Amino acid sequence: MQKTLNNKAWFMVLPVLLIVALNAVVPLMTVVNYSVQDTFGNNVFFFEGTRWFSEVMASERFHGALMRQLFFTGTILAIEIPLGVAIALAMPRSGFWASVCLVLMALPLLIPWNVVGAMWNIYALPDIGLLGFGLNWLGIPYDFTQQPVSAWFTVILMDVWHWTSLVVLLAYAGLQSIDDNYYRAAQIDGASRWAVFRYIQLPKMKHVLTIAVLLRFMDSFMIYTEPFVLTGGGPGNTTTVLSIDLVKAALGEFNLGVASAMSIIYFLMTLLVCWLFYTITMQGEQK
Amino acid sequence: MGLSWMAWTWQTGAFFGVIALLLIGMSLWEMKDPGGNPRRGVLGLDTTRGDRLFITLLGSAYINLAWLAILGPSLGWAMVLCLVYAVLVFRYV
Repeated sequence: MQKTLNNKAWFMVLPVLLIVALNAVVPLMTVVNYSVQDTFGNNVFFFEGTRWFSEVMASERFHGALMRQLFFTGTILAIEIPLGVAIALAMPRSGFWASVCLVLMALPLLIPWNVVGAMWNIYALPDIGLLGFGLNWLGIPYDFTQQPVSAWFTVILMDVWHWTSLVVLLAYAGLQSIDDNYYRAAQIDGASRWAVFRYIQLPKMKHVLTIAVLLRFMDSFMIYTEPFVLTGGGPGNTTTVLSIDLVKAALGEFNLGVASAMSIIYFLMTLLVCWLFYTITMQGEQK
Repeated sequence: MGLSWMAWTWQTGAFFGVIALLLIGMSLWEMKDPGGNPRRGVLGLDTTRGDRLFITLLGSAYINLAWLAILGPSLGWAMVLCLVYAVLVFRYV
C-alpha cells in the first residue's frame, strides 16, 4: 500500500530542534572543545590534543569510579527488576486495595532526590537513626560514615527503596493488559502457576520490562544526588561513582580538560547502551 | 555574543565540520536514492544507511579510545582502521 506522506509536518518539530540544539548540542560541542585544551581561567586556552583522553584512559581513579558505577548499576538492576515483578504479581488486580497499593507504590517516586538522600542519611545514622541504631542494637556493626560495606549497603537499599516502585508500576501495567482469556485457557490446560508466569505473563511483560531496565540503567548510571547527599562519595572514595567523580574533577578541582574527556567517554558509554537497548527492543517488536 | 566562550580550535572545528558534511552528504544520497536502502546484515540487524553511519561513528570513537589506551597518542593508523571499519560497516552490516 502506498501511503500519502505530507512532509510539511516536519516543520512542526523545528522548535524542538532549536531547543535541543541550544541546550544539548551547543554545550556538548563546548565540552568537546574543552576536552582537547587546557586553561588557567580568563578564557585563555592551550591546545593539548588527545592528552586528557590518554590520561583518563590510564587513570586508576577513572577505572575505580567506572567499576564502582558498574557494580552499583548491576546490583540495583539485579534486585529491582525481579523484586518489582514479584510485587506487581502479588498486587490485587482491581478494587479498593489495588488503588491503595498503587498510591503507596507511587509515594517514593514523588520524593525529590536530595530529600531522599537527606532522609536516608538521618535514618541510617548509627547513633540516632532508626536503621543505624537498630542494626547496632541487634549486634550488627553498622556505620555508613566509616565502613565501606555499610555505606554500599545503605546506598543500594536507598535506591531499591526509591526506584523499585517504578518497575512495579510498569510491570503492573503490563500485567493489566493481559486478556483474561489467556488465563482461562491456561486453567483449562491445567497449567501450573510457574507455567502461567513463564509462558503468559513474562512474554506479555517483555516490552515494559525492557523499558524498565533501560530507564533504571540510565538513571542509575547517571545517579548523583542521592549518594552525594548520603555519603558524599565516602568513606574515602568507596562510593564515588562516575558522576560524583566527574563533578569533583570539573567543579572541585577545576580540571576542565580532564573532566571534559571523562564526560565524553561517559557519554559514549551511555550512547552505546541506549543504542543497544533501542535496537534490541525495536527489532524484537518487528519480529 | 561572540563564540569565544565555546573555546573553538581549528581541530574541533574540522571535526564537527566533517560530521556536518557527512550529514549533508547522507541527505543528498537519500534524495538521490530514497528509502535508506534497508537490509539485514551480518549482525542480524535491520539497518538503514543512517543506522550504518551511526554504527560507524560510534565504533570509530571506541576504536580511537582503545588505540589511545593501548597503543599511545599517535592516531594516524587508528584513522586508517576507522576508514576500513566504515567500509566494512557500509558493505556488510
